[in-house]
Amino acid sequence: MSRERMVNAALLALLLGVPLWAWATDEPFTITLATRVAILALAGVGLNIALGLGGLVSLGHAAFFGIGGYAMGILASHAQSYTPLMESPFLLEGTKSMPVIWLVALLASALAALVIGALSLRTSGVYFIMITLAFGQMLYFFSISWPAYGGEDGLSIYVRNGFPGLNTLDPIQFFALCFGCLAAALWFNARLVRSPFGLALNAARQSPERVETVGLGTFRLRLVAFVISGAITGLAGALFADLNRFVSPSMFSWQMSGEIMVFVILGGVGRLYGPVAGAALFITLEHVLGGISPFWHVWLGFLLLLVVLFARGGVVGLLAGRRVAHD
Amino acid sequence: MTPLLFIEQVLNGLQFGVMLFLMAAGLTLVFGVMGLINLAHGSLYMIGAFAAAAVAGWSGSFLLALVAALAASAAAGAIVELTVIRRLYDRDHLDQVLATFALILIFSEGTRWLFGSFPLFLDIPDWLSGPVTLPGGIEYPLYRLAIIAVGLSIAAGLFWLISRTRLGIRIRAGESDREMIAALGVDISRLYTIVFALGAALAGLAGAMVGAIQSVQVGMGEPVLILAFVVIVIGGIGSIKGALIGALLVGLTDTLGGLLLPEAFKLFMETSDATATGSALASMLIYILMAVVLVWRPRGLFGGAT
Repeated sequence: MSRERMVNAALLALLLGVPLWAWATDEPFTITLATRVAILALAGVGLNIALGLGGLVSLGHAAFFGIGGYAMGILASHAQSYTPLMESPFLLEGTKSMPVIWLVALLASALAALVIGALSLRTSGVYFIMITLAFGQMLYFFSISWPAYGGEDGLSIYVRNGFPGLNTLDPIQFFALCFGCLAAALWFNARLVRSPFGLALNAARQSPERVETVGLGTFRLRLVAFVISGAITGLAGALFADLNRFVSPSMFSWQMSGEIMVFVILGGVGRLYGPVAGAALFITLEHVLGGISPFWHVWLGFLLLLVVLFARGGVVGLLAGRRVAHD
Repeated sequence: MTPLLFIEQVLNGLQFGVMLFLMAAGLTLVFGVMGLINLAHGSLYMIGAFAAAAVAGWSGSFLLALVAALAASAAAGAIVELTVIRRLYDRDHLDQVLATFALILIFSEGTRWLFGSFPLFLDIPDWLSGPVTLPGGIEYPLYRLAIIAVGLSIAAGLFWLISRTRLGIRIRAGESDREMIAALGVDISRLYTIVFALGAALAGLAGAMVGAIQSVQVGMGEPVLILAFVVIVIGGIGSIKGALIGALLVGLTDTLGGLLLPEAFKLFMETSDATATGSALASMLIYILMAVVLVWRPRGLFGGAT
């Protein structure tokens, strides 16, 4: 067992152990914190596929996070007011069922990622960073100025959506659902990295010319990676909205994109469990430093600066040592 | 809609455009010369506004406040360049985005710490307040006209600086071949500090001037920063001419879009629907403009091959 695998196992055990311990000692707030970690880590896993594996620096992943959130908000708000989404050409009703909402969130954000990716991937470098940022902002302003679903005030959902066989209002059961999604995404990510597609994508990041020369289209590889990445982040958005029972345009904001990126970098770019470590550290810091000083973002800023300048592998890199394959 | 209203909105768009130019000029210079993407440029804008508000509150003089804004933001820019930014020049864009994102957190929360969460106010001085009557009977605030004049003269000064002075020659040389000018004996790291401080000072000036129209508060820099990014991406990164044209294009598109789109939708929709759809679309318009420009010309309007 390599050092990185041991670190990964420890991270997973910690993320599972803390809420179980909190459940045993009846501290629902800690369970909610762990649920946040699992959901934000899931968003990070999504971004990590584009960023770490594909080398696509997207500063607009809040777009997919928000689309997932609004997919949940729109479906659930129609269900709770008993009004159909549309009547013609066919009747479409809202729903309070999580599996349906997840599927819609995955599909909607994958579709958005397909469009955004197809346009953005024509550019590269700084222009790519900026155009993804612009698409995120586009959706942000759209969600603010579109009055049908709450506009600037956002949408509140009174009761958390249901999952067959589970009571989602119980914190530990909802945590189990989110943890399950995260574990599935991590498993999928691990498979993806070793698949022919993952290897080709990795090669396209390191040397696009060679990949083109052997006859693989880098544009298509990157586009597929971007779509998968957006879909996973969209699922995280739906879960995040369900956790808060609230959706607002701030899920689309560029600070959100920045934070998702911070999870990935803090944990370690391109590391499978990087986002888990990053999100866990971020939420812990928010909780601990936020209790000490209301200005905890200053200290977060300094920490982030130190990580970028001096500890380039992030937390996982620090614990597991340098990896040869990653640039 | 009357022609008077239209002309007034064109002037508003122009004023917004030259403000964006002051922000974008620094960003595009820093990117063109050092290859650095600086998210913290909006914080320098905020520092300028806060310095101006603080000095104006203490001394009562608007001119002194502008000088303070220039000095404070240039100093902050130079300090940040010397301590953090210069370690980032040979890093990839991802590291630069993150490190400057961290700087935003530090500057924003640090300012909140010093000044509190309540917005400050910076008053327009008496000799610049009140409307003036333009030819054609248009009443327009003098202060906004002054902003347009200051912005355009700074643009002219910047073109002169880049094309005619020794510093400008070095900046252009630094853009095309940094090893060569270092070999010719130019102190490249001092040049970088000067360029960064110059860009910071322009951002600070913009912040101070806008601070008198809007309120001075933490987080005021980020919306402007993103618009400035849109500007330099449309204009082509590294090009001052592109920044000016992009800034005016974005300023006019944003202002006129909000006015014209709801009117245009009224031609074929009901009034209330038209207003909602039109204003929703207008708020996205500049980002749509940027996406169209990038799809059409992936390196912006005036961006060369780099």
